[in-house]
Amino acid sequence: MALSRLTSRSNTITRPFSAVFSRLISTDTTPITIETSLPFTAHLCDPPSRSVESSSQELLNFFRTMALMRRMEIAADSLYKAKLIRGFCHLYDGQEAVAIGMEAAITKKDAIITAYRDHCIFLGRGGSLHEVFSELMGRQDGCSRGKGGSMHFYKKESSFYGGHGIVGAQVPLGVGIAFAQKYSKEEAVTFAMYGDGAANQGQLFEALNMAALWDLPAILVCENNHYGMGTAEWRAAKSPSYYKRGDYVPGLKVDGMDAFAVKQACKFAKEHALEKGPIILEMDTYRYHGHSMSDPGSTYRTRDEISGVRQERDPIERIKKLVLAHDLATEKELKDMEKEIRKEVDDAIAKAKDCPMPEPSELFTNVYVKGYGTETFGADRKEVKAVFP
Amino acid sequence: MSAIIHGAGAATALSTFNSVDSKKLVAPSRTNLPVRTQKYIVARSDASKKNIGSGLRVRHSQKLIANAVATKEAETSASTGHELLLFEALQEGLEEEMDRDPHVCVMGEDVGHYGGSYKVTKGLADKFGDLRVLDTPICENAFTGMGIGAAMTGLRPVIEGMNMGFLLLAFNQISNNCGMLHYTSGGQFTIPVVIRGPGGVGRQLGAEHSQRLESYFQSIPGIQMVACSTPYNAKGLMKAAIRSENPVILFEHVLLYNLKEKIPDEEYICNLEEAEMVRPGEHITILTYSRMRYHVMQAAKTLVNKGYDPEVIDIRSLKPFDLYTIGNSVKKTHRVLIVEECMRTGGIGASLTAAINENFHDYLDAPVMCLSSQDVPTPYAGTLEEWTVVQPAQIVTAVEQLCK
Repeated sequence: MALSRLTSRSNTITRPFSAVFSRLISTDTTPITIETSLPFTAHLCDPPSRSVESSSQELLNFFRTMALMRRMEIAADSLYKAKLIRGFCHLYDGQEAVAIGMEAAITKKDAIITAYRDHCIFLGRGGSLHEVFSELMGRQDGCSRGKGGSMHFYKKESSFYGGHGIVGAQVPLGVGIAFAQKYSKEEAVTFAMYGDGAANQGQLFEALNMAALWDLPAILVCENNHYGMGTAEWRAAKSPSYYKRGDYVPGLKVDGMDAFAVKQACKFAKEHALEKGPIILEMDTYRYHGHSMSDPGSTYRTRDEISGVRQERDPIERIKKLVLAHDLATEKELKDMEKEIRKEVDDAIAKAKDCPMPEPSELFTNVYVKGYGTETFGADRKEVKAVFP
Repeated sequence: MSAIIHGAGAATALSTFNSVDSKKLVAPSRTNLPVRTQKYIVARSDASKKNIGSGLRVRHSQKLIANAVATKEAETSASTGHELLLFEALQEGLEEEMDRDPHVCVMGEDVGHYGGSYKVTKGLADKFGDLRVLDTPICENAFTGMGIGAAMTGLRPVIEGMNMGFLLLAFNQISNNCGMLHYTSGGQFTIPVVIRGPGGVGRQLGAEHSQRLESYFQSIPGIQMVACSTPYNAKGLMKAAIRSENPVILFEHVLLYNLKEKIPDEEYICNLEEAEMVRPGEHITILTYSRMRYHVMQAAKTLVNKGYDPEVIDIRSLKPFDLYTIGNSVKKTHRVLIVEECMRTGGIGASLTAAINENFHDYLDAPVMCLSSQDVPTPYAGTLEEWTVVQPAQIVTAVEQLCK
């Protein structure tokens, strides 16, 4: 049943006691149609319809995965404060709807490349919690063997190309992946994600020009969380309509806190990219944490603003209301699910903590591919000698 | 990773390189190409207990391709060769690799319809199509990034910078993404790109178009750098670079494109990490690369007339240095002169001086001397430009001073 506006239904729906936990992630694919909360704004194209096809299984999966992502990021926050994660740690809580909606619309053959706020997207692409926490803590079992860190998560099998630290540098890479997809005639697209801060990088426009010139299947996704590090978007960009910035390239502005709107937009974008070439998606989203763990996040915005968004637009709350409205689960069952997720995350952290640090010889592996027997030296040229494998 | 090994037993003394003849240039069939697992042993020199250091290795001969060393005798005795210019050799190498592997593609400014600003990609767009020989807009940062992204998926792009100096705009992509992605992804992605282009001081091209980028790129971990100097090694290095799984930067020189030489008809590949013995000798080792090789050879004529016997080595592999060949030479002659075009500070010569001093200090009878350009932007005026580049007369003086 279509809801024209999400209203919070009464939570005291009585359930027969036969409602079992295992019913929650049902294989029930009865279609449900959901209306997105806001219309799409389009530039040089026709916006897709607001009615999104979904199923109860998908709805519950959305809730579960988003809750998992949220829990993972909060746990990473505590680990960082406990000094188990060092360096830079950029958290994605608040933006989960973008990762989840995108995954629902595409296959594992479609490539995703993003910047450094990559933990949840890695999870969405099929990464495991153990790999995430091991990599964050620099252990051997991490997805990059502990040598990448928070900003360098990759998963080749699922076409997840990372994980990049330099702002904006991933967009030309993404266009290159799209070029390779066109060259090899795969019917796949590339989602090159970046933020509102990176939208002012020159290489983005260079890459977009090339993608439009050769009709490459590249979709540029701007996750507009309104702050580029500590600078608000109105202080950094003359034109904050990032979806229009492509000029001759069509664009779509999407409510990034609504997972179904994201899903619809990505589906639309994929069809567009395969036929007509690049398109820009602007996801209007928000991050609760600061830019990274070293940023409190409250010096350039008010706490009222943060809590206001959390109350009105939180993506998980939205899905929760939908689940309850469609009678797919009770409040208690969802709470139990969240408890289970919390335990899962804690177990993964404990397992990752037990994992050993990389061997010293790992310093020299993977510098070159099957390198030659060159020796290398440490800083004083007398210690740490190893032969490149 | 180096593609191929030379067939002559590598442990033999350097003097055998002199006697390479055309019989060693074996033409492999496609099925004969060696598997990419190489074994390298770090070998210590027999006599000395000293710590020889990096780069010494004995290579196992395998199903092989040709010898990498081109001496004058070898070329003239290969009577079944064909003569061509250096840019044609590069084009031949590129075309052969593109025929062999459909993943190889070219991208750069004016490489397609125009045929390449130095004609290296002439005719390729007509043969392979516009997508495989891609004319990019003028955005080095983005198209280098694009090539690297394509390489992550398995393509093997050859990225051309119209002049090496323009690649400074792509430095972030080359350093962070090209060099480091294999490491930061824990080995998941390989970046088999070749980044090539002409650099070096030309004829009054001005400061911005006369840059020697090998000195800027040399510290980037994860890349290999080679410099070609003759049509023979240009074709060989181009092929090796394309076949390598590692990112390779191939430095060409603007003034060397019209060099003519006879190269073999059979397929051959040069070793990416090997130096080339140009002229064996006894008195002093002169290390050089790219265009300075010709200044050195010109100086060598004068030196021979004066009674000196210089050993000239074209180091070719700028990263990593072939310290095996260099080391053997130093042990023989005990004197080293480095002649290069880079600037004094932080150039290839500076790194090479440090490497030789650390590893072969006990074999040196005189300090390592390095002749390089000064730390100045290259001026336009012809006389000034001549003074900023090392000339043969300066090389002769330096050798005389070292051999006193």
